[in-house]
Amino acid sequence: MNSATVKTAAGYIAGLLFGLGLAISGMTDPARVLGFLDVAGAWDPTLMFVLGSAVGTTFVGYRLVFARGEPLFSANFQLPTKQALDGKLLGGAALFGIGWGLSGYCPGPAIASIGGISLPLLALLAAMVAGWFIAKRISQ
Amino acid sequence: MDWIASLQGLVGGVLIGLSAVWLMGALGRIAGISGIIGNLITQRPKGDSAWRIAFLFGLVSGPLLVMAMGGGLGNVADAPGAVIGAPAGGVPLMLIAGLLVGLGTGLGSGCTSGHGVCGLARLSPRSMAATGVFLLTAVATVYVMRHMIGGGV
Repeated sequence: MNSATVKTAAGYIAGLLFGLGLAISGMTDPARVLGFLDVAGAWDPTLMFVLGSAVGTTFVGYRLVFARGEPLFSANFQLPTKQALDGKLLGGAALFGIGWGLSGYCPGPAIASIGGISLPLLALLAAMVAGWFIAKRISQ
Repeated sequence: MDWIASLQGLVGGVLIGLSAVWLMGALGRIAGISGIIGNLITQRPKGDSAWRIAFLFGLVSGPLLVMAMGGGLGNVADAPGAVIGAPAGGVPLMLIAGLLVGLGTGLGSGCTSGHGVCGLARLSPRSMAATGVFLLTAVATVYVMRHMIGGGV
């Protein structure tokens, strides 16, 4: 296999694991997500367990991976270099949170739910892509 | 508390973590959905798109695989075993929400996965700040929608 094929296969495996994780954890259900965010209602702790075990696994795994010095199929680790807590970061996060709270969808679960597509989900995905293009224009 | 649902959350979270670790270990990339897919769509980076497209297919095929396996491994609230839950509102609300999610994750350089999972695991101050802010505005939004307006969501 050439390296392009290996990289593509590696990308697929990562996406598949992510999609399996979202499905098994119930994050492909907006009601679970909104239940977690509804701290004044019938609070649903599921998302806390998902985020906790995902961060814990990644925390340990990243250290093992970084200790190796370089990735298996790529020249180097591409990590974010920005440091500033600027308005774009915090304002963007604030807007994202409002959209997340209105719908119960963040980008991963929204895309992973394409197998159960409905008109409202299609509308959300289309608007999300439009939002990405607008953000790109603003950032240029 | 629903212990089975929580246990499935833990197991699913480990899988998400393994995905993030694998992507860093194999390709040296952060497993942030808005970054991977958003940049794929808005920039179509030359020579850097194939793995993103493959990731997208994997992401969509995960839940489909769980459905195909049967055995009720999904974790939809109030529908034990179901895998994909219904949207919590109609088209107008989803259009507004989707625009905010796209705009916000685009400007804020990440979402629940990039900042929330990978960034927190890297102890990145930017990701900690972003995660705190989007959790706060999301909780506030749900509070307003459910307990002050009391409508739809």
